[in-house]
Amino acid sequence: MALDTRTKRPAKTSRAVPAALWRSTIGKKVIMSITGLIMIGYLVAHMAGNIKVFSGEEKFNSYAHWLRTFGEPVLPYEGFLWLMRVLLLVAVVAHIVSAVQLTRRAVKDRPRSRTGKPRGGGYVTFTMRSGGVILFLFIIWHILDLTTLTVNERAEVGNPYGNLVATFDTWYGNVIYIAALLALGYHLKHGIWAAAQTLGVGTTTRNRVFRPAAVLVALVITVGFVAVPIGVMTGVVS
Amino acid sequence: MRLNLRIWRQAGIAHKGEMVEYRVDDVSPDMSFLEMLDVLNERLTLAGEDPIAFDHDCREGICGMCSLTIDGEPHGPQRSTTTCQLHMRHYRDGDTITVEPWRAKAFPVVKDLVVDRSAFDDIIASGGYISAPTGSAPDAHATPVAKADADAAFENAACIGCGACVAACPNGSAMLFTAAKVVHLNALPQGQPERRDRVLNMVDTMDDAGFGGCTLTGECATACPKGIPLESISTLNREYLKASLKRA
Repeated sequence: MALDTRTKRPAKTSRAVPAALWRSTIGKKVIMSITGLIMIGYLVAHMAGNIKVFSGEEKFNSYAHWLRTFGEPVLPYEGFLWLMRVLLLVAVVAHIVSAVQLTRRAVKDRPRSRTGKPRGGGYVTFTMRSGGVILFLFIIWHILDLTTLTVNERAEVGNPYGNLVATFDTWYGNVIYIAALLALGYHLKHGIWAAAQTLGVGTTTRNRVFRPAAVLVALVITVGFVAVPIGVMTGVVS
Repeated sequence: MRLNLRIWRQAGIAHKGEMVEYRVDDVSPDMSFLEMLDVLNERLTLAGEDPIAFDHDCREGICGMCSLTIDGEPHGPQRSTTTCQLHMRHYRDGDTITVEPWRAKAFPVVKDLVVDRSAFDDIIASGGYISAPTGSAPDAHATPVAKADADAAFENAACIGCGACVAACPNGSAMLFTAAKVVHLNALPQGQPERRDRVLNMVDTMDDAGFGGCTLTGECATACPKGIPLESISTLNREYLKASLKRA
């Protein structure tokens, strides 16, 4: 039986490295891994800063002020923050664009079930993709709430400690935050391990470390962030 | 044993298919899954009906031709087993079994349970070869191979190219297949001359053939009848990154 149902493709010409990487599915995953690791680095620093809330109002607010004056006089006021914001924006955009393109491709090429029986592996792809959407919406709310103070009703410019307490004094602030952080935990649990595989450092021996290490990092980051709203709810921070 | 089968019937690539129910009596527990289908096909042929088309060749689990999705799982419920080596003793009298072709857009259905896996042939043609000098055979010990490399190459060379990895993947990705071929040849000294071109060309061809991207769900390695390890995908990524950076 002649099984060849596709037309033969002509031989391809070689391309420049960045273009070739961006074009290939592996290249897009590499971009997602690197931008993901950048964002994890930021999350660890952000979490360490948040924990300062337990040292009291004065220390937390002076830390927030220090972030703005960091690098002066080489950098202008808030210069360091803006550098980080640009870096994170580039990382987030590259991460999301790659993810959307790969997801569209996967949905198009997705195996069809003729029986209605579910496909395997749906758990990972579901938590990664839905988690990504949840985190994207959360970041928008989070910036409007605590950076621009647009949606924070009791906001006060220059008093991040009070703004934080104001957010976590509301039930919806806690629900949104904790739900998003749980999504982040699941996203990191698979994402950190997958990044190691995508960057080609996963071997049989090392993966025995990478799997639990990914779970541990995800757990530490999630618990570290969730500690703040719980602190406000229990009255440790007020 | 008596079995109820729900089998995908599709007259051709441009036709719409449907699930058709069959009842098979007198199934011996010693039969393989394909022999059970043979029994059904003999009955269909005698009744003047069109027998069910399915791929098969060696029937001893080494050729990679058989390709049935049984109850939603490529090659059925037995781990590390091809469809032809799945025996009916794993089923009970009166069971209902659903049989469909590989699920993947890159593998269009040719007829009934037969799919076109020529996308795999394209991937192989773009890099699954080595340059070998002609003339008399070289001495066996002329090219030493380290034990670890030989083991890695052999483990990945066990891939029979059946396509179960693609059928199991929620993204329809062919990463495990391509990884097995690249790791097999790139681990050996004989594969070194084309090492970089091999991985770049095979991944390019894989992407062009319409397979999805890898999300490392691990479904492929679970479904693989030959136990190709998921770590091969990490090695493929490493080879691809190294080759991409050196292409500059």
